[in-house]
Amino acid sequence: MEFKDIIFYLIASLILVSGLLAVTSRQIFRSAIYLLFSMMGVAALYFWLQFEFIAAVQIVVYVGGIVVLIIFSIFLTHRVGSDLPEPTYKRSLFAGLASLFAFLLFWSVIKRNEFYGDQPIGELSVHRIGEEMLNYNQGGFVLPFEVVSILLLAAMIGCIVIAMKTNPVKN
Amino acid sequence: MEIGLPHLLFVSTALFFIGAYGFLTRRNMITMLMAVELMLNAVNINFVAFNKYLWGGKLDGVFFTIFIIAIAAAETAVAIAIIIHIYRDHSNIDVEDADSLKF
Repeated sequence: MEFKDIIFYLIASLILVSGLLAVTSRQIFRSAIYLLFSMMGVAALYFWLQFEFIAAVQIVVYVGGIVVLIIFSIFLTHRVGSDLPEPTYKRSLFAGLASLFAFLLFWSVIKRNEFYGDQPIGELSVHRIGEEMLNYNQGGFVLPFEVVSILLLAAMIGCIVIAMKTNPVKN
Repeated sequence: MEIGLPHLLFVSTALFFIGAYGFLTRRNMITMLMAVELMLNAVNINFVAFNKYLWGGKLDGVFFTIFIIAIAAAETAVAIAIIIHIYRDHSNIDVEDADSLKF
């Protein structure tokens, strides 16, 4: 086994173990920290695949943005130290069975499928990503880029409006 | 056996169904949101892996991943705004208790 393979197995086990702990931990703050480790593992997987730009975006947006936002909202809505209620036995049994069988189904399909076509990966520089992003010819990505910018603006205004403290109305 | 596409697909499929399990068992809105984030990450791994191993000449998978990350950030921000608003009204964020729109 090569060194690269060992690194892959380490990263994969980090992602899966901390993901599993994130959805099963009874303390919500610990659950958020396990989620953070899982996201870091995914970023490490992108580094392993040599997609450095995606890995950097993953760290900046997920680890630096989303997980911090989740931790802040936990502080706003929970008393630290109180445990989450245990899910009922029936619900966790059936959810576990459903997930397990769905996983086995998908995995059997993937196992049986033959993947082919290995063009060498072209040069993946930030330069090329930026040019493709603003390319308005056939196959360019300028339209989704603009739509996402509108979406982010709408989400920002929407968040402010929803979470704004309204004056107590007499009724 | 050399690490290839099936290994990455194993990781992403397992992560997706871990997220699905969390979404089905949790009843707290923030933890359900965390489970959804895990599922979105699994999808991103899939896109990047297919781009790397099967579609090397182009960057379509990378762009899908970037747009999914942007939309996931917007989705999380809106969801947390809604959760905080619900917490102000109901003073807890259990999905079973948020039933004031029920007819």
